[in-house]
Amino acid sequence: MTSTIEAPRSPSTRSTKKSGVNWEKWGWIYMRVSGVVLVVLIFGHLFVNLMIGEGVSALNFAFVAGKLTNPFWMTWDVIMLWLALIHGGNGMRTLVNDYATSRISRGILKIAILVSVVSLIVLGTLVVFTFDPCPAGAPADLVASFCKSL
Amino acid sequence: MPQTAGTLDSQQKTTSRRPAGTLYRGNTGMWSWVLHRITGVAIFFFLLVHILDTALVRVSPEAYNAVISQYQTPIMGLGEVALVGAIVFHAFNGLRIILIDFWNAKYQRVLFFVVIGLWVVTMLGFAPRHLINVFNH
Repeated sequence: MTSTIEAPRSPSTRSTKKSGVNWEKWGWIYMRVSGVVLVVLIFGHLFVNLMIGEGVSALNFAFVAGKLTNPFWMTWDVIMLWLALIHGGNGMRTLVNDYATSRISRGILKIAILVSVVSLIVLGTLVVFTFDPCPAGAPADLVASFCKSL
Repeated sequence: MPQTAGTLDSQQKTTSRRPAGTLYRGNTGMWSWVLHRITGVAIFFFLLVHILDTALVRVSPEAYNAVISQYQTPIMGLGEVALVGAIVFHAFNGLRIILIDFWNAKYQRVLFFVVIGLWVVTMLGFAPRHLINVFNH
C-alpha cells in the first residue's frame, strides 16, 4: 500500500526559489536554537524574580535598579529580549500564515507583528542601556540604597 | 509515523472517523501541538505588555512601582501561576519537539507524558511558594 502524504506546508508560505537563501529553513533552525537558550534565560529570570526571597512581592524600582546596573544581568536581559521577541514574532508569523485566509489580512497582521517586534526591541534595548538607577529628585525610599553614596 | 501493519489494520477495522497513524493528527501529538500554539500566543502577548511595563523604569520610580504593585495583587498572583504554567509547558514541549526532530520521533508519545510529568513537578515547586509570597504579603 502506497499513500502519498503531502508535506505539511502552510498554503501561504512563499515557495523556495531554486537559488538563494532558504529563509524558512533558517527560521525553523532559529526557533530551535533560540528556544534552547530561552529555556535557560527565562527559567533563570523567573527563578531570580519570583522564587528567591519574597518573590513577586519584593519587586520594585530599587530591585530593578540593582539588576540593570549589573553588566551580567544587563547582558542576560538584552539577549533574552532579542531572542524572545524574534522567537515570538516568528511564531506569530507562522500562525498568521496558517490561519489568516486572505492575502490582505495576512499582510496587515504580519506588518503589525514586525512593527511590534522591532519597536519593542528598540525600546527594551534603549531602556537597558540608558537606565538611570538614581534619577534626580527621586524620593530616597524608592531608589536603591547605593544612591545615597552618590 | 512508522506503525506496525497489525496496528494499522486494527485501526482501519474500527468505525472511528478519527484518523490514526500520524504524528500530529488525533491524540497526544495533536494536543501537544495545540497547547504549544495556545501557550505560545499567550506568552507573546504577555511579553509585549511586560516590556512596556518594565520600560516604565525609564519614566520614574513612582510610575514603575505603581504598575508593578498590580502584579502583586491576589488576582494577578493567580494569573502569574497560569503564565508560569504556560511558559513551563511551552519550554518542556519545545525541548520535546527538538528531540522528535533530531533524535527519534517514535518516542513522541512517551515524551509527551515526560513533559506533563516535568510540568507537574515544576509547578509543585513553584506554585505553593509563589502563592505564599502573594497571599502572605
